Amino acid sequence: MTAGLQFFIDPSRCIGCRSCENACAECETHRGFPMIHVDYIDRPNSIATTPMVCMHCENPTCAQVCPADAIKQNEEGVVLSSLKPRCIACSNCVLACPFGVPKMLTALEQMMKCDMCYDRTSIGKRPMCATVCPSQALAFVSPDEIARQRREVPVNTFRFGAEEVRTKVSMMAPRGVEAVEIDVVDYMWEASS
Amino acid sequence: MSSKDEAARVAAGAGDRAQVPLWREEVSFRQAEERYVGRRQFGRFLVLTSAAMFAGNVWIWIRSRMRRMAEVAARPIARVGEIPVGGVKPFDFPTANDPCLLIRRGPDEYVAFEQKCTHLSCAVVYSRERDRLECPCHQGYFSATSGAVLQGPPPRPLPRIRLERQGDELVAVGVKTDTEL
Repeated sequence: MTAGLQFFIDPSRCIGCRSCENACAECETHRGFPMIHVDYIDRPNSIATTPMVCMHCENPTCAQVCPADAIKQNEEGVVLSSLKPRCIACSNCVLACPFGVPKMLTALEQMMKCDMCYDRTSIGKRPMCATVCPSQALAFVSPDEIARQRREVPVNTFRFGAEEVRTKVSMMAPRGVEAVEIDVVDYMWEASS
Repeated sequence: MSSKDEAARVAAGAGDRAQVPLWREEVSFRQAEERYVGRRQFGRFLVLTSAAMFAGNVWIWIRSRMRRMAEVAARPIARVGEIPVGGVKPFDFPTANDPCLLIRRGPDEYVAFEQKCTHLSCAVVYSRERDRLECPCHQGYFSATSGAVLQGPPPRPLPRIRLERQGDELVAVGVKTDTEL
């Protein structure tokens, strides 16, 4: 694994260029299918976007709900794509992930997701999306470097109501924020309409 | 370490284990733990599989006892003199799924055996020249007198059909398996 480097997402830097999506789709292991996506944060009112890669939870919900034991977390804490011989394409992980990361590829009958470019990061290269992001909204650098370059601070604790999720990937947040509080009800279609 | 400390440590450990359900312990999503088998887990596996093997063997033993004790309905299978000396007649006994062979070895000597080889259930045939039952699949030979294995892979003798002569008819009255020989 790339020694000392970590993944940081900064939504405030995202310009919505979708370079990350396209760079991801270039990868020969899943050519044509990006494993990450760019989200609109509040589509009716703003054009602001954020890139969404897998957050690689310490206790991944997707793996916990998998009835086929197809999703594995490796020794470095990277949550991998489903194992093809095991995945039964039930989409439990798709529904369970609090960040909306796993994608069920119907044509393949398999769930595939961002695995932090494990083929690259395991041999010391940076993930594809982080190498192409022009505004470094996706950054794969050392914690020292991110502290030196940015005003924001990395946060890797998310609270969905009473459920606390700790992740390997950090989100850049304003100083003073120790955990990102998310009320799921706020994001439900019924609540916003 | 005193026994009190040891007891406290075990109690704490038991508490930790109680939080993780057994299935999650057995099927971990962490690759590092996936192939790890603890001493207690291994002991549990040994005890449970041994108990299952024991229960299975008891069940098989009870079933074989019950089958041996079950009464079979006697059935006439041939008339005396119907087949020539050295000839055979196939019949089913005690059910339609148990093919058997009636062999006339001498003018007044009849024997009958199940036709399924005790190795892999191929049909055995009677060889008049060598006076034995032969299985063509793996050259398992059985004695035409007792059904005992003469050669080859069969593990048990052929079950013999007990015959009784009632007037002009030969009646199959029961099956003798190897343990009764």
